[in-house]
Amino acid sequence: MEERLPSRKRPMRIDRRIATHFDWSLFALAMILALVGILTIYSATRDSIQEGSGILALRQLYWLVIAVGAMVVSFMVDYHRMNHLAYHFYAGVLFLLFLIPLFGLVSGGSQRWLYLGYFSLQPSELGKLAIVLVLARNLQFDEPTGGYCLKNLWLSFLLATPIFSLILLQPDLGTAIVIFIVFFSVVLIAGLHSGSFLRLAAVGIVLLPVGWQFLKAYQKKRIWTFLNPDLDPLGAGYHVIQSKIAIGSGRLLGKGYLEGTQNRLDFLPAQHTDFIFSVFAEEWGFVGCVILLGLYLTLILLSLRVVRRARDRFGALLAFGMTAILFWQATISVAMVTGILPVAGIPLPFLSYGGSSLVVTMVAVGVLINVSMRRFTF
Amino acid sequence: MLPLTSKKEIDEQFRRRLRLLISAVSIVFLLLVGRLWVLQVLQGERFTYLSENNRIRLRKVPGIRGAVFDRRGRLLIHSPPSFDLLLMPEDAEEPEVTLRRLALLLGRDEKELLGALAKNKFRPPFEEIILSKAIDWRSVVAVETHQMDLPGVSLRVRPKRSYPDKGMNAHLLGYLGEIGPAQLKALRERGYGLGDEIGQFGLEKMLEKHLRGKNGGQQVEVNAIGRQVRVLHQVRDVPGHSAYLTIDRELQKTAYQALDGKEGAIIVLEVNSGAILALVSTPTFDPNVFARGITLEEWQTILRDEMHPLQNRAIQGQYPPGSIFKIVLAIAALEESEIEPETRLFCNGSLVVGNRVFRDWKKGGHGWVDFHKGIVESCDVYFYQLGQRLGVDRIANYARMLGLGVKTGIALEGEMSGLIPDTRWKKKRFGQRWFPGETPSVAIGQGYVSVTPLQMATLMAAVANGGTLYRPWFVRRVESADGSLIQEYGPEKIRSVPFKKGTLGHLRRALRDVVNGARGTGRKARSDLVEIAGKTGTAQVVQMRGKIIKSEQLPYSIRDHAWFVAYAPSERPEIAVVVLVEHGGHGGSGAAPLAKKVIERYFSLKGNQVALSDGRETSEQEEAHAN
Repeated sequence: MEERLPSRKRPMRIDRRIATHFDWSLFALAMILALVGILTIYSATRDSIQEGSGILALRQLYWLVIAVGAMVVSFMVDYHRMNHLAYHFYAGVLFLLFLIPLFGLVSGGSQRWLYLGYFSLQPSELGKLAIVLVLARNLQFDEPTGGYCLKNLWLSFLLATPIFSLILLQPDLGTAIVIFIVFFSVVLIAGLHSGSFLRLAAVGIVLLPVGWQFLKAYQKKRIWTFLNPDLDPLGAGYHVIQSKIAIGSGRLLGKGYLEGTQNRLDFLPAQHTDFIFSVFAEEWGFVGCVILLGLYLTLILLSLRVVRRARDRFGALLAFGMTAILFWQATISVAMVTGILPVAGIPLPFLSYGGSSLVVTMVAVGVLINVSMRRFTF
Repeated sequence: MLPLTSKKEIDEQFRRRLRLLISAVSIVFLLLVGRLWVLQVLQGERFTYLSENNRIRLRKVPGIRGAVFDRRGRLLIHSPPSFDLLLMPEDAEEPEVTLRRLALLLGRDEKELLGALAKNKFRPPFEEIILSKAIDWRSVVAVETHQMDLPGVSLRVRPKRSYPDKGMNAHLLGYLGEIGPAQLKALRERGYGLGDEIGQFGLEKMLEKHLRGKNGGQQVEVNAIGRQVRVLHQVRDVPGHSAYLTIDRELQKTAYQALDGKEGAIIVLEVNSGAILALVSTPTFDPNVFARGITLEEWQTILRDEMHPLQNRAIQGQYPPGSIFKIVLAIAALEESEIEPETRLFCNGSLVVGNRVFRDWKKGGHGWVDFHKGIVESCDVYFYQLGQRLGVDRIANYARMLGLGVKTGIALEGEMSGLIPDTRWKKKRFGQRWFPGETPSVAIGQGYVSVTPLQMATLMAAVANGGTLYRPWFVRRVESADGSLIQEYGPEKIRSVPFKKGTLGHLRRALRDVVNGARGTGRKARSDLVEIAGKTGTAQVVQMRGKIIKSEQLPYSIRDHAWFVAYAPSERPEIAVVVLVEHGGHGGSGAAPLAKKVIERYFSLKGNQVALSDGRETSEQEEAHAN
């Protein structure tokens, strides 16, 4: 990551005043959630047939150390430097995404990972950060009266398209959707002209059936079974039904930590990644879920406060982009495993197993802290 | 390139949008909480049930069905282990290759084995496929020794019902079958499940609740791929109770061999208790076929068989009794004082009633006939006349009193009652009065009269024991697997007929001379071993008007049925025997020799038995005498 490279010209200097404004609550929330994640991953993979007991939880702990390191870097570096490095970062991510079809690991029918000796990297995760950086950089100036028109946004669209397309082609529908939604969230908050908004919506509706044609058969099947999961209870609808059984059987107080039978006996698919929330819900029940969602909500609301208090528009957009990444991933992931939305494989920030996802999540929090503590500097 | 850092502050519009957003975010989270409330609190119970169902499988451990023994503890039915050939495709790298190898090894058609795999294509994972049930011992050894070459193939031990004597006592013992959908519906509460075997016929059905073992089970926790993780609960299986019968396997065997190649029935009763010593019906079937799972084809063959092997002729066959019915007439006439034993009636070879001529079986007739001669020589004309004096209703009364025309109440399904006609029956059945010309036929056991061999056996036992009708029975005791008594059965009186003094004496002297007299019709049953008393019967299947043709010259299906009813010894009788041979011709030649064989066997067994006797038997007989 470019931010990690120390610059000789401007050595990192932390102003005392900046340190006093360090946002401990954001930091603490992130750490609590990440630890809950490791505990849940441990429960989810303890009796795993493929992996040894506890190995994945330990691996996630290593990743957490790396992720916290990345977070520290991302709040130490003055975020204004990110403005300068936005395109470099973007180019780097695009490069990595291009490498994937050439060298990427194929797993589960898609090609998402780059194998880097000791670990594998998921560049699509970095794609989320790249999109936010590029948008913040492009939209940091005064909003045109009445909002941005399409003609003001052509560069942003142009830059977002290759990232979005490459990820969609992997295929990683979940991440592509997140990028799509984050992109429009940032554009909307930056101010979009109402006419342009209507035009975009119309184009979207027209393109929907076209997009349907591009979906893989299994993705179409997922959407159909989402609409009626009982259609194929042992096939495509199996995941959602099993997930709902896991969550529902947790009832008010849960089955207790490490006691989730749905999870322990492998009825849950991708239990430590996309369905981690189901594991948590089965073991901690409704009360645990409300507390967990409360933590997420607090994190989002604190993040929005950071956005509101940001010293400048660039910082606000940057912070808002990070907030959008966290918010959309958390809510969509929970909505999917509870059967509100069709399943498309979106990790739950902090909780889902996966190094790249954890690093990106912690970096997002780091950037938020960054913007927060520099709100009084001039 | 756009200018770099603008350090432009955010404006009021931006802030307003943010404030809106805070409410939107909160609403989204509220929605999620609502969704969780629905799943976890409102529907939590249902999902808990589903999750339990998900992970818990029930594995049945069959309780072994009780064994059945004869009166001297010889095995009649048991449930030895048998081996089913199973395949777990998940354990075989290439199931097809394994199956081809297996087919080669066992000398089986590989299509058959591959077919079993194809048929179970959509089975749940980690569920074994049954390739073949109850394989032979050679195959068991072959599979065991080649285990290493047959990944995924295994053997499962399962008790299999076995009837060592095959068809010999099939009608008595019955058979098992897989529980049907209707039965299952009715019996599910009693712990029956799909695929369970249940007694469908004979003793197996009647003693179902005793013989049946209680299935045990294991509640097994499985993971999503069906692998057993651990046993949660276990219910021990309980073996079924054993039954001890009154049947004597050796005597049964003799009776079975006597009927070899014939259609008919033989019954041996203890006269003083009504206990059945032997009961055979032929042709028969092999109940083992049902135990290993009868194929549709085999079932159809049995059903289509013109000889009806499933029919238990001893209790279901209704035959005209012919001359053995004369015993009823003889008793009725003496009891009603229509004749004295010395009363002589003349037989010139036929009797004319109205415009019909009733012939005697003996051309030229028997001359002057008294009670004794009438029975010994089975003079038809003598009994035509007794019939006319008694009238059909009085004949019917005595017949019923002696147990004819009603079921004996033996504890087997499907017993028939036979038919004893009278005026009321005629009116009801045909709306006609009884014509006097119909009575002579009834008097010699023809016409509408029909009886079952078992009814005749109880009647003969009553004649032998002084007038007591016992309900025929054949289960002595039921014991649990550890030997404790569950239920004991004994003789049950239907009624004692209050005969006048002398009636039975006259009758029994006559019956003795049927076999032992110089002119008796049953001379072929005469034994040097024991004095036998009896009566022959030749039941016409088709009325031969005016003609007398030798039965052997008729086509098989219209040949006469041969009867012989007997008891022995003639003084202080112990057993009553009934032999019926369908289309066996004359009772004296077609049935009497069979009865002799069985009776002689009984007494030779009894001689040997002195050494074998277990004490229980003697006490039972004494008890029976006391009754």
